[in-house]
Amino acid sequence: MITLTHVHKSFGDNHVLRGVSLHVPKGQSMVIIGGSGTGKSVTIKSVLGLVEPDSGRIEVDGREVHEGDRDAFLARFGMLFQGGALFDSLPVWQNVAFRLLRGALKRPKEEAREIAIDKLRRVGLRAAVADLFPSELSGGMQKRVGLARAIAADPEIIFFDEPTTGLDPIMAGVINELIREIVTEMGATTMTITHDMTSVRTIADRVAMLHDGVIQWEGPISEMDGADDPYLAQFIRGRADGPIEAVR
Amino acid sequence: MSGLLSPVAALGRSMLALLAYVGRVAIFAGATVAHVFRPPWYWREFGWALMQIGWLSLPVVGMTALFTGGALALQIYDGGARFQAEFAVPSIVAIGMVRELGPVLGGLMVAARVASSIAAEIGTMKVTEQIDALVTLSTHPMKYLTVPRVVAATLAVPVLVAVGDSIGILGGYLVGVTRLDFNAAAYLKNTFDFLELWDVTSGLIKGAVFGFIVALCGCYFGMNSGRGAQGVGRATKSAVVTASVLIFAANYILTEVFFAA
Ligand SMILES: Nc1ncnc2c1ncn2[C@@H]1O[C@H](COP(=O)(O)OP(=O)(O)O)[C@@H](O)[C@H]1O
Ligand SMILES: [Mg+2]
Repeated sequence: MITLTHVHKSFGDNHVLRGVSLHVPKGQSMVIIGGSGTGKSVTIKSVLGLVEPDSGRIEVDGREVHEGDRDAFLARFGMLFQGGALFDSLPVWQNVAFRLLRGALKRPKEEAREIAIDKLRRVGLRAAVADLFPSELSGGMQKRVGLARAIAADPEIIFFDEPTTGLDPIMAGVINELIREIVTEMGATTMTITHDMTSVRTIADRVAMLHDGVIQWEGPISEMDGADDPYLAQFIRGRADGPIEAVR
Repeated sequence: MSGLLSPVAALGRSMLALLAYVGRVAIFAGATVAHVFRPPWYWREFGWALMQIGWLSLPVVGMTALFTGGALALQIYDGGARFQAEFAVPSIVAIGMVRELGPVLGGLMVAARVASSIAAEIGTMKVTEQIDALVTLSTHPMKYLTVPRVVAATLAVPVLVAVGDSIGILGGYLVGVTRLDFNAAAYLKNTFDFLELWDVTSGLIKGAVFGFIVALCGCYFGMNSGRGAQGVGRATKSAVVTASVLIFAANYILTEVFFAA
């Protein structure tokens, strides 16, 4: 459903993506792992057109992403940003219901608020949080509000950028279950970035490891532990010695 | 040879860079204007911007005008006394205020207050990925952030200038009557006898242009903010400096145009 072919992207002299090729089948949960700063966020942002690749093709359902109606294209997506990216001028519930309060998916205000409160409950937040402002929440709570916003309009394709970073282990477990549920129950196609191996094992149908600007290894979760790729082995076992340099 | 030419080359390069930069701002301005006329329109954001830019700038603009009107009356009295023209104080204060100082000083105060806050707000949104989030939520950042602010500033600054003009004239009047022994009724009569409608209108037109410049610079530099707190700091500074310089430049050009008309 989502296909990247030889995608390159540099920022000045920093050659971040050097030919990323990846295929995410429909209805599957793809997890991208890799060291920090390797370009995982840049990869998913380039699918959404937030980052313009220097070369390569990115297709969704066989169509080049920057062709065709952009609004219709984006309406199919939900995205959780690494830092939450909540609008600090709006209360929590209006953040969650942002898409439902304007544009093509506009609903009556009361209904939008109810949906927002329901989504907040699903990410483990009480209804009382709805009327607070993002600056009044802890980092982990902001992350969960971001997650509620990403799933608010029941999108077909959802990207989660480090959904469990900054959460306590119990809350991380809740979020992992939720993401798994979204894939199995709603049939959504997802790409999740994470460093958390528990997350990988709960969420993933397939795993891709990004290193040195390319996909170093890609395969089903069941084959991850047995794979003989030294980079992957070092990463999933968290060893300091191996082919991946500790100083990057 | 190349040593001699290098300053010229450097000058040429910086001229080209300046032109490229002016080009980018002009393209941004053109895109903004194009978006003004195409739905969707975000009325709530527009109302909020009117409040922030117009209503909340009133105290600053009013104070500036009041003190400037007072100082102007003293200066013109002093200068006018050298050729027995003290009687012209009221009309010169009025004309100076509405044609030049009201719009320019009002524009500059709004630049300091509004260009900075717009650039810092939008810049912070940029570095915290809120602009990216807007895009993924199918909301055009230019329509949602830039258009409401630019339209609000273009409409609000002329009103601020009109209020500033009146307060500036009041400042001159207060100084004239209490410090310079003018008769109150005579001061007012002299003020309005020589003031023409075009004096006022031309100043308001300047105000609209300055408002457009201020909000546009705030949005442009905010949207193009670099990364991190430093990036936002630089964006804020550039927005205020550029808006101020552009206000002076536009003021000269508009004055030339009005002068020729
Ligand atoms: N907008 C940008 N401008 C310049 N450099 C960027 C930008 N976005 C990301 N980078 C750089 O690209 C590299 C990869 O970033 P990112 O994709 O965020 O890493 P991660 O894999 O941790 O998500 C980093 O070196 C980062 O500094
Ligand atoms: Mg990242």
